[in-house]
Amino acid sequence: MAQQPVLLEVKNIVKNYGEGNVLDGVSLELRKGEVKVVIGPSGCGKSTLLRCINGLEKIQAGQILLTGNVLTEGKTDWSKVRQKIGMVFQSYDLFPHMSVLDNITLGPVKVQGREKKEVVLEAEKLLGRVGLLDKKDAYPRQLSGGQKQRVAIVRALILKPEILLFDEVTAALDPEMVREVLDVILELADDGYTMLIVTHEMQFARAVADQVVFLDGGRIVESDAPEQFFTQPKAERARRFLNTFVYEKGGEKA
Amino acid sequence: MDTEFIVKYIPLYVEATKLTLGIGLVGIVLSVVAGLLIVWIQYFRLPVFKQLAAVYIELSRNTPLLVQLFFLYFGLPKAGIRISSQGCAMIGLCFLGGSYMAEAFRSGIESVERGQEESALALGLKKSQVVRYIILPQAISVSVPALCANMIFLLKETSVFSVVALADLMYVAKDLIGLYYKTDEALLMLVIAYLMILLPISVLAAALERRLRYAGFGN
Amino acid sequence: MQDLGIRVLFLGNNLQRLLGGLWITLRISLIAVACSIVLGILLGMLMTVRNPVIKALTKLYLEFIRIMPQLVLLFLVFFGLTRSFGINLSGETSAVIVFTLWGTAEMGDLVRGALISIPKHQYESGAAIGLTRWQVYHYIMIPQILTRLVPPAINLTTRMIKTTSLVSLIGVVEVLKVAQQMIEANRYTVPDSALWIYGTIFFLYFLVCWPISLAAKKLEKRAW
Repeated sequence: MAQQPVLLEVKNIVKNYGEGNVLDGVSLELRKGEVKVVIGPSGCGKSTLLRCINGLEKIQAGQILLTGNVLTEGKTDWSKVRQKIGMVFQSYDLFPHMSVLDNITLGPVKVQGREKKEVVLEAEKLLGRVGLLDKKDAYPRQLSGGQKQRVAIVRALILKPEILLFDEVTAALDPEMVREVLDVILELADDGYTMLIVTHEMQFARAVADQVVFLDGGRIVESDAPEQFFTQPKAERARRFLNTFVYEKGGEKA
Repeated sequence: MDTEFIVKYIPLYVEATKLTLGIGLVGIVLSVVAGLLIVWIQYFRLPVFKQLAAVYIELSRNTPLLVQLFFLYFGLPKAGIRISSQGCAMIGLCFLGGSYMAEAFRSGIESVERGQEESALALGLKKSQVVRYIILPQAISVSVPALCANMIFLLKETSVFSVVALADLMYVAKDLIGLYYKTDEALLMLVIAYLMILLPISVLAAALERRLRYAGFGN
Repeated sequence: MQDLGIRVLFLGNNLQRLLGGLWITLRISLIAVACSIVLGILLGMLMTVRNPVIKALTKLYLEFIRIMPQLVLLFLVFFGLTRSFGINLSGETSAVIVFTLWGTAEMGDLVRGALISIPKHQYESGAAIGLTRWQVYHYIMIPQILTRLVPPAINLTTRMIKTTSLVSLIGVVEVLKVAQQMIEANRYTVPDSALWIYGTIFFLYFLVCWPISLAAKKLEKRAW
């Protein structure tokens, strides 16, 4: 991985909403083909981190660079940047007034100016890959949560982004639908996509990640290979956090 | 009840109805345009225009159309601005209706979840594209009941047009009462004329609202 | 324009007369609002009754009042009742009757909406902690209904005040009629007085209605 070029650099970014820093000097790098998973307790700033990278939030200090270009200074064409950084949200946010196919083709046609016919073909191919080709003319409200989220992933993929951001994409799903979405992401990892994933699914994190980043109180507390992190976390806070996922009769394991 | 009288004067009412509907519809279309313009200004928070829009909305919502018309028709000519009766009626209706239409659109826009805008931005759409392809289509379908209610409201408000010397329904009715003392007949035709204008629209609006409430995209 | 038309406002007791005219309008509105609230609450409660006859009658009343322009209603009562039944009503009385009929319909619908908007489990959870029926109404239902009702009821007041301007068209000497008389009386000495007088009335209405609208907006935000 080390020989691959760095796609995304986050340097010491600070974000606050008036009181207290949500992100308090966070730095990380993402190399081509790398999968990083960000975990941490709720309110630790992990979603905010993704939103800053995609320009949905303004940062107060620090820098974000995409392939060496600074995004967070001067005039950035966010429309261009966002075509290179795809993002999938917790609440899917499909457009309810458009069919599945229209949801997917909107970006390529209106933003990238591609030919609608060609885009439709590609959309159908991608839908086939996530097992939803038969739903292409359905409307979002006719789909289950898991299906919606797979469509949302396709909607991001079709723009051919260099990086994919996943913001707790299974948090709003019923348990039995989590798997179908995570399988899609695992496949993307196998295909070599560069991804930054925020999740609460620890088993999944362990399976998909090249590196795990533990965020707490707006700072990166620990950053490790998944095996190392999940078996022998160095930081005390990371250990306590992982323990909350362990159930044992008679109380938490110390 | 003097049916002969009624039959004789039906054409007068038909003419007046045409006038009311004609000016009313132009005024409504202008109101919708004004409403969209204002919502656009508010959504993009355009400086100066935003404050002007806020002042306009308060003025429009807190004064009666009748007084607005008196000012336009009798007041402004004294400042050298002369507007025809029809012009005054249309401008007055638009001045009144613009703020109501803007309100209807605004509540529609607020009903669109915030995630919609963000996920559209994340696809690389520009803000104006987000409004055009994502926000407005959803907002308008939510706004339809309020827009219909405004339309009915504005058509009812046209009943004051006689004060700017337009021979509308009220004018005709008052004339017939004053000239021939045929009060019952004049009033009956007046009520029927307004029912014929407003009943179909309000039935249609109610049906549309039911459809929008129970259906939705994909049905 | 060395002879500014605005001076007509300060001739004699002109300003006082305008304000007096405005008070006539306000008085009609306030009486009608007060009657509408009382009758509207009754109508609203009546509309939640499951009797089909009552339902149909109240609905017919509501729809007819709402579909007719208020000016038509004014004509019906002022000209219609007077001439066909020989009842001689002054313009002001006719106005109070019409605006009460209209306000009752609007208020009734608001009350009905507020009554059915409180979910049933609110009543049940009140009962579940052992409150009596009366206590449930007193502590749980009525406060919630009121918070939902007050802002639109206040809005109805501004609508009523604005609509009352129509009474000038059935001969009530209110602010617009006073203005016309004033303009007429000064047409040779102050020829451009119409601009100033109608402009003044425009702002007088605004000054009356705006604070009420603001109050309604504030209360609306506070409701949950």
